[in-house]
Amino acid sequence: MTATTTAAAPVTTAAPVTTAGLVTTPAAPVTMAAALNRALADSLAADDRVLVFGEDVGTLGGVFRVTDGLAARFGERRVFDTPLAESGIIGTAIGMAMNGLVPVVEMQFDAFAYPAFEQVTSHLAKLHNRTRGHVSLPVVVRVPFGGGIGGVEHHCDSSEAYYAHTAGLRVVTPGTPSDAYRLLRQSIDCPDPVIFLEPKRRYWSKESAVLTADGPAIDRALIRRAGQDVTLIAYGGMVDTALEAAEAAVGEQWDVEVIDLRSLSPFDDATVAESVCRTGRAVVVHEAPGFAGYGAEVVARLTQQCFHYLEAPILRVTGFDIPYPPPQLEHLHLPDVDRILETIAQLQWGDHA
Amino acid sequence: MTTLAGITQTVPAGSLLPSAAPLQLIDPDGRPGRNPGGLELPEPPVLLELHRRMVLGRRFDRQATTLTKQGRLAVYPSSRGQDGCQVGAVLALRDQDWLFPTYRDTVAIVTRGVDPVEALSLLRGDWHCGYDPYQYRVAPQCTPLATNTLHAVGLAHAARLKQQDQVALVLLGDGATSEGDTHEALNFSAVWQAPVVFLVQNNGYAISVPLAKQTAAPTLAAKGIGYGIPSLLIDGNDAAAVYSAVRGCVERAADGHGPTLIEAITYRVEAHTNADDAGRYRPADEVETWLARDPITRLEAYLKAAGLLDEQAAGRLAAEAERFAERIRDRMNRDVNVDPAELFAHVYAQPTPALEQQRTALLTKLEDTGP
Repeated sequence: MTATTTAAAPVTTAAPVTTAGLVTTPAAPVTMAAALNRALADSLAADDRVLVFGEDVGTLGGVFRVTDGLAARFGERRVFDTPLAESGIIGTAIGMAMNGLVPVVEMQFDAFAYPAFEQVTSHLAKLHNRTRGHVSLPVVVRVPFGGGIGGVEHHCDSSEAYYAHTAGLRVVTPGTPSDAYRLLRQSIDCPDPVIFLEPKRRYWSKESAVLTADGPAIDRALIRRAGQDVTLIAYGGMVDTALEAAEAAVGEQWDVEVIDLRSLSPFDDATVAESVCRTGRAVVVHEAPGFAGYGAEVVARLTQQCFHYLEAPILRVTGFDIPYPPPQLEHLHLPDVDRILETIAQLQWGDHA
Repeated sequence: MTTLAGITQTVPAGSLLPSAAPLQLIDPDGRPGRNPGGLELPEPPVLLELHRRMVLGRRFDRQATTLTKQGRLAVYPSSRGQDGCQVGAVLALRDQDWLFPTYRDTVAIVTRGVDPVEALSLLRGDWHCGYDPYQYRVAPQCTPLATNTLHAVGLAHAARLKQQDQVALVLLGDGATSEGDTHEALNFSAVWQAPVVFLVQNNGYAISVPLAKQTAAPTLAAKGIGYGIPSLLIDGNDAAAVYSAVRGCVERAADGHGPTLIEAITYRVEAHTNADDAGRYRPADEVETWLARDPITRLEAYLKAAGLLDEQAAGRLAAEAERFAERIRDRMNRDVNVDPAELFAHVYAQPTPALEQQRTALLTKLEDTGP
C-alpha cells in the first residue's frame, strides 16, 4: 500500500483508547441490566439533583428491571412512575432540567419513544442553542433498543439514526455491562442531553468487571479486539456479534479488528479513521435498515478520511430495508456471524494478493 | 393508593366546572361587571398599572408591526386586542414565578421586563431567542404550539420537589388545546399537583380555523374537569378580571393546591401575522364588534369615572408610550451584528471536533469571499 501526500489525513490528535490499559480486579459477574441499575443508584446517591422517572420504573422496577429497587431506596420524590405519555415524560423532564434538576427518564421501548419525538428534536436538542447557551438540559433519555429478543412489532426498532441526525443530542450505546455502567454515569454527568440506547438483547449478558465511571470518555470509540487485516465497526447489541465474527474469521486467516463505537454522536473520527487507515478495509455492522442508516454516515466519513489507504470499498452488514420483521423471521433480518464473514470475504482480497 | 371513590369524596366534581358565563369585573363600557364571581377588583394602583402597561404594550405592538413593514422584522404576530390577557396575566405573577409564552406573546414578555429589542431578536432573525430566560424567568417564546405546556409543568414540579415557592404560568391559545401535549400537560400537572396556571387565550381563531372546528366542548375551560383541575371562564378583554383570576390561581398553586385552567375569551384584532389575510376567513363586522370591547378603552373609562385618571395623566402616558416606541425604533433601525462563528458555539456545551472543523472552514471561506 502506498500512501500519497494528497491523502486526506486522518485526525490523529488523540491516541486510540483500548481496554488493555484498564486495571481490573476479579469481580462477580454482572449483567448489563444490573450494571445499569448500579449506575442509576450510584448517580442518585452521588447527586441530589438526579431524578429517575418514566412508565413502570417505580414500584415495578421497569419492565426490564433496570430500575429495580430504586424507588424503595431513594423514595418517590426521586424515583417515580409517570402517566403513560412519552411526550409528557420528555417535556416535563425539559422543564425540570430548566429548574436545575438532572432527569434520567425511560422510554419503555424504542418505538414507544416516537410520541416524544417533537419534544426531543424541537426542544431537548435545541434549547441550549436557542438560548445561546443560557439554558442547559442535562437530561438522559434511556431507550431499550434493537431486536434479537423475539419481540413483537414496535418492540425491536433501531431508532439511532433519527436521533443521531439531530444536532444538539449526544447518542451513545454500550456494548458490555461494564461500559453500560461507565457510559450511563458519564451520560448523567454530561451537560448535554444524551439519548442512551440500551441494546435489550444484551441486558442479560454477563461480564466480570469492576464497575467504574473512569476510563474512556463518553465520546470515544474503543478498540475491543486488535487486528491487522480489516476493521469491523459495530455498536450496541452488534459488538458481541462482531467479536464472535472476528473469532470465527481466524479460521479464514483474517485478523479482524473490532471497534465498539459507543458514541454514535459525536462520532470519534480519530479512533476509527486511525484503525481503518491502518487495516485498509472496513465493514460497518448494524441492525437497522441500511438505507439512510447510521452506517451510511460512517462509510461516508471514513471514505473521505481514509480513501488513499483503502484496499476495498467499505461495506455494510445491516437489516433489510423493511419494517422490523415478526419474531419468527427476525433471524433473517439481523446481522449474524455468517453474514459478516460473507461480507468480509467481498473486500477484494484477491486483488491485493 | 387513591381510589376513584376516594377522589369523589375529597373533590366534588361540580366544583371543578367553570361558570356558565365569563367572569367580568369591568364591562365593555367601563362599568362594574355584571358577573364578578369570586374575583376581587384589584386596588387602584394595580388598575392604573394595568392601564399603563396596556397602553405601552399596544404602542409596542404597533411599532413592531411598522418595523415589519419596513423590513426590520421578518414577521410579527400581533396580539392587539389581547392586551388584557398579555398584561393582566403577567402583572399577576410574582418575581420568582416563571412565564412560558408563545410567539404571539411578545407584549407579555415586554411587560415582564424583557428588553424589547432582546424580545424581538426571534422576529428580527439575529437569533432564536434574544434574552436570557433566567434573567427574567421567561422561557423562550414557543413556536411549536402546546409544547411549552409540558415545560411549565416540569419546571413547576421541580420547584415543588426543591421546596421552592415558584409557580409557572403557561400561555396557550384555543388552537393549542387540540394538541396532545396540552392534554398530557393538564394530566401530568393534576396527577403531580404541580403549581401551574394554564391560561388559554381563546381569540376565536387558530390562524383561520374558528373555534367551532377546533372543539365540540361547551367551553375550553370545561375540559378541566376531565383532569380533576378546577377551571375559570373569564372575560379576557377585562384586564382586571384577568389579573384577579391569574393572581388567585397563582396564590392557590403556591399554597400547594395544584394547577388551574383559565379560559380567557378575547379576540385577535389583526390577522395571524402581517403575511396573513384575515378577510379570507372572517367578516369585517365581527372585528368591529370586538373593537367595541377593547380592553384599554374599557379600563380607561372605568378609571376616569372613578376619578383615578384624568386627561393630563392620560396625555403624559401617551407621551411615555411615544418615547418608548421611539427608543425601540432607534435601536431596531441599527443594523445588528451577527456572528457566523456563533452557529457552532451553542450546539453542545463544548463544540465537537467536527463542529470546530466546520466553523474553521466557514470562517476561512468568509475571510476569502466575504459574508
